[in-house]
Amino acid sequence: MEKAKKEMLAQKANHIRQHILTEVHSAGAGHPGGSLGIADILSYLYFDVMNIDPKNPKNPDRDRFVLSKGHCAPALYGVLAERGYFPVADLKGFRSIDSYLEGHPDYKGIPGVDMSSGSLGQGICAANGMALAGKLDKKEYRVYAVLGDGELEEGQVWEAAMFAAHYKLDNLTAFVDYNGLQIDGDITKVMNPTPIDAKFAAFGWNVVYADAHDFDSLEAAIAAAKSTKGQPTVVVAKSTKGKGVSFMENQAGWHGKAPNDEEYAAAMKELEGNCNE
Amino acid sequence: MSEKKATREAYGEALAEFGAQYDFVVLDADLSKSTKTDTFKKVYPDRFINMGIAEANMMTTAAGIATTGKTVFASSFAVFASGRAFEQIRNSIAYPHLNVKIGATHAGISVGEDGPTHQSIEDIGLMRTLPGMTIISPADATESRAAVKAALDNDGPFYLRFGRLSVPQIFDSSYKFELGKGVVLSSGTDVTIVATGLMLQEAIEAGKLLAAQGVSAEVINIHTIKPIDTELLVRSAAKTGAVVTAEEHTIYGGLGSAVAEVLCENMPVPMTRVGIMDKFGKSGKPAPLLKMYGLTAENIASKALETIQRKNA
Repeated sequence: MEKAKKEMLAQKANHIRQHILTEVHSAGAGHPGGSLGIADILSYLYFDVMNIDPKNPKNPDRDRFVLSKGHCAPALYGVLAERGYFPVADLKGFRSIDSYLEGHPDYKGIPGVDMSSGSLGQGICAANGMALAGKLDKKEYRVYAVLGDGELEEGQVWEAAMFAAHYKLDNLTAFVDYNGLQIDGDITKVMNPTPIDAKFAAFGWNVVYADAHDFDSLEAAIAAAKSTKGQPTVVVAKSTKGKGVSFMENQAGWHGKAPNDEEYAAAMKELEGNCNE
Repeated sequence: MSEKKATREAYGEALAEFGAQYDFVVLDADLSKSTKTDTFKKVYPDRFINMGIAEANMMTTAAGIATTGKTVFASSFAVFASGRAFEQIRNSIAYPHLNVKIGATHAGISVGEDGPTHQSIEDIGLMRTLPGMTIISPADATESRAAVKAALDNDGPFYLRFGRLSVPQIFDSSYKFELGKGVVLSSGTDVTIVATGLMLQEAIEAGKLLAAQGVSAEVINIHTIKPIDTELLVRSAAKTGAVVTAEEHTIYGGLGSAVAEVLCENMPVPMTRVGIMDKFGKSGKPAPLLKMYGLTAENIASKALETIQRKNA
């Protein structure tokens, strides 16, 4: 990937991370850890990969995105605001009674949200439905989804995995945000969903690997997905929960906790410093 | 008029009939021969998607398809459609208010030999709690066809409740179905009998049994359980002063509960619910089962007389 684009994407991801912290801090609640971990994936999808137009968010030919791990709504709202679907200033209303920015993504009320999500295991099925509809209508759009690694413990994910392979949904690309942590701790200790790659491969998926924080790696994964025919692609994306804020990185405790004023100031300072590097 | 037909048969035929006029797809979870969606599949194989035995995935996939602008029918037995996939319907269909029409067949104990695991007696209650969910429980083939058309013509999620058992035709082709409007089948002054689905036939017979004893019963068909026809129910209760409901569903949460809610708030009168009395079903032939559980014209008539007695108590 060329340097200028990479810098642009990194800067957008940095802004998304700042938005995440502002949202969660303003709300006094939310999920910063996983949100920070998918900021680079969302930056890449929304600022380079996806065929979308914020001025026409319901365009039937657009690419779609489903945040199957819906609790990472702060990241999705952050990227949607940064992309121009709604004002950045609205992010401060996250989770508040007078805002449309619900605690989890709301299809009806939020511009740019392609599906309500938050109940784990369901977003990937909805993404399948969109991909299937695209096939039925012979449309060229592609569908992207991000799942959590803990989310793979939901049995419905594997119903969806069977379905996507059975119907050869090669217009579907699902990322697994592989950070190794869920609310109660290490995923392999709570309920081990590994090996993730072999499971998807056994279900008939094209499996590729990526570093969730490296745009070259993400670009290679998307290129592999786009060139694969007759199979859906899963991108097993190794990530760092809390990425970008040193004291939140790899800490399950930051899964669903808001920073206090001091922590918020410190996190923003660190991100602003990274931005100026 | 005398020919019997199961409402599920009429459902499958209606899908096939309206397939030409409307753009929709049909999903089924490996039960298409029983739910009768295979009738549609034979005509429109490209618009039929078999989901395999995965009801939760079916409902959420249906929601995803519906986001693209298509109407989707998703079918399974009522017990799995409403129960196993309840939370998928809640969060992925009802909350985003998508055009997913749930065609739930094999409702009630008249499923028969398959027994309690397959006899859905709580589905109306479950679906009634969901904001924006329209619920239709057709009484015969004519009404089933009308229910499918109403689901196609109106926005948002629908729950259509069909039965396995062949039932008599009550309405002919001149029948005018109006979504959300009850139908007075016979006018009366002593008691109102409100029935839905397969129990409408029993309610009509109960009306005749009562007439033979000099009791004037008003028989009302409530095909749309949500939104319910409050105005008609209140008007009839005000006139007769006694109400009996009849449904092939637990007395908790279904038609009886819906009518009780309306009348308690607007026109309290003595009332009795005929339905399944907080029990699971059992295996058996449909007719003796319906008798065992009190889902008969005789029981409705008897409850009507008791309720009339309470008017002056």
